[in-house]
Amino acid sequence: MATVASKLYSDDVSLLVLLLDTNPLFWSNRSTTFSQFLSHVLAFLNAVLGLNQLNRVVVIATGYCSCDYIYDSSLTLSGNSESGRTGMPALFGSLLEKLEDFIDKDEELIKEQEHDERIASSLLSGSLSMALCYIQRIFRSGHLHPQPRILCLQGSPDGPEQYVAVMNSIFSAQRLMVPIDSCYIGTQNSAFLQQASYITGGVHHAPKQLDGLFQFLTTIFATDLHTRSFVQLPKPVGVDFRASCFCHKKTIDMGYVCSVCLSIFCEHHKKCSTCGSVFGQSKLDGASTVSDKKRKAPDS
Amino acid sequence: SPVEVGEGDSVERNWSMSDWQVKYKSSLKDRGTEGILKLREGMLLFVPNDPTSDSKLKVLTPNIKSQKYTKEGSKKPAWLNLSNKQGDSHIFEFQNYQDMHACRALITKALAKCEEEQTKKPAAVLTSAEQLSIADLELRFKVLRENIELQRLHKEFVETKVLTEDEFWATRKKLLGKDSIRKSKQQVGLKSMMVSGIKPSTDGRTNRVTFNLTSEIIFQIFAEKPAVRQAFINYVPSKMTEKDFWTKYFRAEYLYSTKNTAVAAAEAAEDEELAVFLKPDEILAQEARQKIRRVDPTLDMEADQGDDYTHLMDHGIQRDGTMDVVEPQNGQFRRSLLQDLNRHAAVVLEGRNIDVDSENTRSVAEALARVKQVSKADGETTKDANQERLARMSRLAEMEDLQAPQNFPLAPLSIKDPRDYFESQQGNVVNEPRGAGTLKRNVHEAYGSLKESILEIRTKGLRDPLIKPEVAFEVFRSLTQTISTAKNIIGKNPRESFLDRLPKSTRDEVLHHWTSIQELLKHFWSSYPITTTYLHTKVGKLKDAMSNSYSQLEAMKESVQSELRHQLSLLVRPMQQALDAAFQHYDADLQRRTAKSARGSAGEANGSV
Repeated sequence: MATVASKLYSDDVSLLVLLLDTNPLFWSNRSTTFSQFLSHVLAFLNAVLGLNQLNRVVVIATGYCSCDYIYDSSLTLSGNSESGRTGMPALFGSLLEKLEDFIDKDEELIKEQEHDERIASSLLSGSLSMALCYIQRIFRSGHLHPQPRILCLQGSPDGPEQYVAVMNSIFSAQRLMVPIDSCYIGTQNSAFLQQASYITGGVHHAPKQLDGLFQFLTTIFATDLHTRSFVQLPKPVGVDFRASCFCHKKTIDMGYVCSVCLSIFCEHHKKCSTCGSVFGQSKLDGASTVSDKKRKAPDS
Repeated sequence: SPVEVGEGDSVERNWSMSDWQVKYKSSLKDRGTEGILKLREGMLLFVPNDPTSDSKLKVLTPNIKSQKYTKEGSKKPAWLNLSNKQGDSHIFEFQNYQDMHACRALITKALAKCEEEQTKKPAAVLTSAEQLSIADLELRFKVLRENIELQRLHKEFVETKVLTEDEFWATRKKLLGKDSIRKSKQQVGLKSMMVSGIKPSTDGRTNRVTFNLTSEIIFQIFAEKPAVRQAFINYVPSKMTEKDFWTKYFRAEYLYSTKNTAVAAAEAAEDEELAVFLKPDEILAQEARQKIRRVDPTLDMEADQGDDYTHLMDHGIQRDGTMDVVEPQNGQFRRSLLQDLNRHAAVVLEGRNIDVDSENTRSVAEALARVKQVSKADGETTKDANQERLARMSRLAEMEDLQAPQNFPLAPLSIKDPRDYFESQQGNVVNEPRGAGTLKRNVHEAYGSLKESILEIRTKGLRDPLIKPEVAFEVFRSLTQTISTAKNIIGKNPRESFLDRLPKSTRDEVLHHWTSIQELLKHFWSSYPITTTYLHTKVGKLKDAMSNSYSQLEAMKESVQSELRHQLSLLVRPMQQALDAAFQHYDADLQRRTAKSARGSAGEANGSV
């Protein structure tokens, strides 16, 4: 069995980890409904599984305040139930069931939460971490494993309070050499996703028409890693490298950086909150006091 | 026809163009080839009349070392003999003396001019505050020759007087200093070969034994045999000359080598100085005994009985490998290989610890004696040192089990709570406050609609058709456009940079601007804050050079083709931004200065009133 498997293992066997944005606050006021979106995505997953017999797909749902594994193609062996329904591929019956359960759980969690005054962002950092954990398990499973990559289907805006966690996940992905592709279907720009794709060597695209989403997905994001070396994929001309400050989680362009741990602050602090190192007096303050002293002398 | 040169004429006017009919002789015996001697700017040309002959000659003026000529009035024809720096000599026979003198005068003038130019350049440099040595200048020229980029920068700035030589090289000391590192002194160690024991050369015919003595051998002898050193200090020059001393020493060595202990004893009895050399070395023995006394019985094995090389009367092999039995009373005149080797090894391991000119034997001896004195003084145990040693010994001999428990002062361990870090990451999140009630309602609605969608897709299945053909076509079209425009901007090959697409001259210009602007900015920013007038003038000059660069960049942008212009301006933008920042700073500083001086003068005026 092992020898047969190794013979079938060609260069383009891939493991696709899809991070699905199920933030209700985003989907509630969109022209494209969630069901249309889902049909595009499910067809795309079917196409990916059809490209190679050994391809695998894992779907992680990114909710408003939680995330969970929805589907793992290597676990569901055969479609037992739901095969009678029209038009629905048997594979995805369990996916939809699990998705419904997940949304119920997410709703429960949001009832318990007290502070809900934040931007309607989804928990990207959580799902990225879960994806990386799964990929790490795959790496340790043995010599023969598919080449993993992460595809992030996101529409919600970036939550600046997740900046540190997202950057940490991105750097882990870079270390593991796992590319993070990102397809942004929202209105504003997502700096996190652009940076993620740029640093890990993945593809970032923001399609304008959502009714052609399936075409975008199959053209750009279905290519495996081996094929990408000779297929030209759209490259963004520039990357938005903005960060958010560590103290208020605001998005900033210019700020103060701690020279020990590289944490970013929007205003001058006496002490770094991450590593505890004490900052000296900034040069600007020093210069102004000296010139004040100089000016005082001739007057007095 | 030659140009007439009168006495009072200024020769510069006619310098560059003079021709004479001459005969060129490579040596005195040569018959001579006829031709024309031309004097041009910087060189001498001889063109023979016969085009087939190959005695054309070209001599550069700086190469001419001297010129000799035949005297007027002698019966010889007018010859001018030019010798160049390589040692060759060229003889020209002129038609008459007048021509020859004219030529000679012009050559002299040219030579003087060359001299002047040669001395002018170093003189200008040496007038600077730091007198540079010729070696430094040569080093600088060498570095410039090797690095073309640097040479270009140097030409642009130092020769247009924007920067002075010193300022240019001030930040490049590393380039100049590289050679000096190679000249650092390396300490030479001692040879492990025993030079002091090399056998002398014996001449069987005349029965003479010749010992060689170099300064290295003297050093070794003094280092290994302190008794000999002491004897040298005592006896020379008071009792005997150095030659006698060494003769006696080598006689002792010879006696050792013959293994004739009886003769050795006899001679020692006669000659007291000789006896010194034949006895075992007392000084060494004393040192060894002292070292043993200093040893810490608890731990250190710094020295033991075996250190006393001279008194180890054990089964050592003789120097020559024999194992003769020797009478006990003459035992002291024997030396064994073991003793010599050990002593030599100990000296080599100690190393060369004096730094004295080895030519003067006496100074070597004295220096070694001084060193030994110092080390002995250090080693002498004073009363306090003894106390301390005893305390240390008693402490080390303790048994830990029987000790009382020691209460050392402890610092409490402080382990930070990791939650502090995570909590601080939450921070005080700032956002628009929303009415809690409305939010909850919105959320519920949102979740409701989401669940409805899922139900819908479960019942209805996937959309059919999934995607309309027009839409798909539109997607393909837009993607193709995106990719092709990106290719135009970024380039077919992601590794190819925009610089390669520029024409070569523009590319070189851009790169050169980059380095020169960096150099200017480096000097500009380092001159602030302005405290002296020197810095003030320097900043002024730098600012002029920078505005010059700026306008050159603008001109370059205009000159390039239209499809490359955008990319070029993107490339050039950071340079211009840096220059703009510098200009801003300059203007702000100037404003501040004038404001301050205005205020100062206003204050003074008030004060005086």
